[in-house]
Amino acid sequence: MGSVFDITLLMATIRSATPLVIAALGGLFAERSGVVNIALEGKMLIGAFAAVVVAFYTGNPWLGVLAALLTGALMAAILAVVSIKYSANQVVSGVAINMLAAGLTVFLMHVFFGTAGTSPSVERLPTLGLFTPIVYLAPVLVALTFVVLYRTPWGLRIRAVGEHPKAAATVGVNVAATRYVCVVLSGMFAGLAGAHLSIGTLSVFVRDMTAGRGFIALAALIFGKWHPLGALAAALLFGFSEALQIRLQGGGLPTQLIQAVPYIFTMVVLAGFVGRATAPAALGEPFKEE
Amino acid sequence: MADKTRTSSERLELLVPLGAIALGLLVGAVIIALMGENPLRAYMALFMGAFGNFNRLLGTLTRATPIIVTGLAVALPFRAGLFNIGVEGQMLMGALAAAVVGSNFSGLPMVVHLPLAMLAAALGGALWALIPAWLKARRGIHEVINTIMMNFIANAVLAYLVVEVLRQPGEMIPKTPPVLATAQLARFSDFLPGITARLNVGFVIALLVAVAVYYLLWRTTIGYEIRAVGLNARAAAYAGINVPRQIMLVMVLSGVLAGLAGAERILGFDRTLALGFSPGFGFEGIAVALLGRNHPLGVVLAALLFGALSSGGVWLSFTTDIPADVVVVLQAIIIFFVAADQIVRAVILPKKKGAA
Repeated sequence: MGSVFDITLLMATIRSATPLVIAALGGLFAERSGVVNIALEGKMLIGAFAAVVVAFYTGNPWLGVLAALLTGALMAAILAVVSIKYSANQVVSGVAINMLAAGLTVFLMHVFFGTAGTSPSVERLPTLGLFTPIVYLAPVLVALTFVVLYRTPWGLRIRAVGEHPKAAATVGVNVAATRYVCVVLSGMFAGLAGAHLSIGTLSVFVRDMTAGRGFIALAALIFGKWHPLGALAAALLFGFSEALQIRLQGGGLPTQLIQAVPYIFTMVVLAGFVGRATAPAALGEPFKEE
Repeated sequence: MADKTRTSSERLELLVPLGAIALGLLVGAVIIALMGENPLRAYMALFMGAFGNFNRLLGTLTRATPIIVTGLAVALPFRAGLFNIGVEGQMLMGALAAAVVGSNFSGLPMVVHLPLAMLAAALGGALWALIPAWLKARRGIHEVINTIMMNFIANAVLAYLVVEVLRQPGEMIPKTPPVLATAQLARFSDFLPGITARLNVGFVIALLVAVAVYYLLWRTTIGYEIRAVGLNARAAAYAGINVPRQIMLVMVLSGVLAGLAGAERILGFDRTLALGFSPGFGFEGIAVALLGRNHPLGVVLAALLFGALSSGGVWLSFTTDIPADVVVVLQAIIIFFVAADQIVRAVILPKKKGAA
């Protein structure tokens, strides 16, 4: 076992944790403003796909990142309109976003590349030192999110809207506008996380390449108790479990079962057996101005 | 929901899903046209693929069978105000139990073996539902996150057991040993000549389950209590209904249904458990339940529509340049409009008022 834990494993952990923490921060904004975000998976997938398409046609992976941000924001905007303006059930519309992303990416693979499984290779993001720039960006985003949420008036408003929208509205906060901004922001984070998978780690899009990472990000968000630093710690832990699982493959250990670890941890924490994880009070409740 | 008058809400129950389907097909037509294909030709191919001849019709019924049951498994807890996203995982656990019991115990007569395998599947699904049910009923933890987590855990457990423990040696794809003849649900092709579809007795069972769910919800005291909890849990508790007990009951029943959906695939359709046998029947069940307005008859009809779209999609990709995955896009758009039913109302109701 001594040779299993080394610098390569540490690097793999950081690489695996990157999309998790970025998507979790996106989920954090949406959920702190009171909008349930089970659509992270779909938005990551769309972002990963858009990044590859644009990188393929322009030859520039940075434009791919931009496309991932924009498509993530667009998908989130759809979610925002139906769940904020039309008071749709947020879980249901999240399920629909995930279905749409799964179908649309495979469908558009046929349209753009004429294949079903794997896209043609595109230019990857450059590596600066050990990692791609998105990896270095992740802790910066954690710090920014922390500062915005806990040290600015706008962050206070976001948290107020998620905890007690009626009270926030009474003191003049525009609940709907705050939620729109947060949900669209969450889409951009998720899109960036997707771009990291497709043109950061690899240089192709593969059908269903997010493989549940959007839900692990959601798990990290809950495991981290809806706090940016908690989400970072949880993402590192889950990233480590992913890296370890890849490392141990073929070693006779039940690697399939290691996959379940993040989900089991999350349920245990949510159940209140280890500390308490309390969701924003108004999470999932549409708000109508009276 | 409860404050609407009876007639207008009943009319809406029908109008919203029909409007969502119409809007979904319309948006789908635009997407197909943008691809440079003829939407009418595409929809014709979808229709022919789903209903074009007797075997294709049976193929549609076959594809609809598991989602009738997973749809009911989602609809039942919805009536109590609970969102069971975990039907997929519960179905996988049911399938696992059916595969283990179905491929062992040789020598048992069919009258014992087949019911035993079905019972095992029901128990497998129920056990997997019991954990989030208990957490919800006793500790007040929202079922949505826990059932999502349980899906992933089920996937991992299934992958481990099928690959490392139960795997039939010499097979390329990891799959369990075949289900013994005494535990198989009879296929119609076993008696009737010329049938190629793998439609089996499970389809009839699925319809019976729909009738049973209807009977439970609207003809029994338990069903009345379930619906009362769904309409207003606090009022139901005040009226003396044991809300935590109803939550446990309805979630476990949902798990039983999910397990049975898995049993139909393993004992009737595939007659083995191959990893990846489910393209997401549990998630399609969510869509089907929503489109069917959580009513058993609506669920059956919605499952037939989604079954037709899926089996028609295969023919679509054979006969045109349009990939079958356009069907998933179509289904997702329909669900969007069902979720955001206020959009559908805004589009459809003014027109209806003018016509009437």
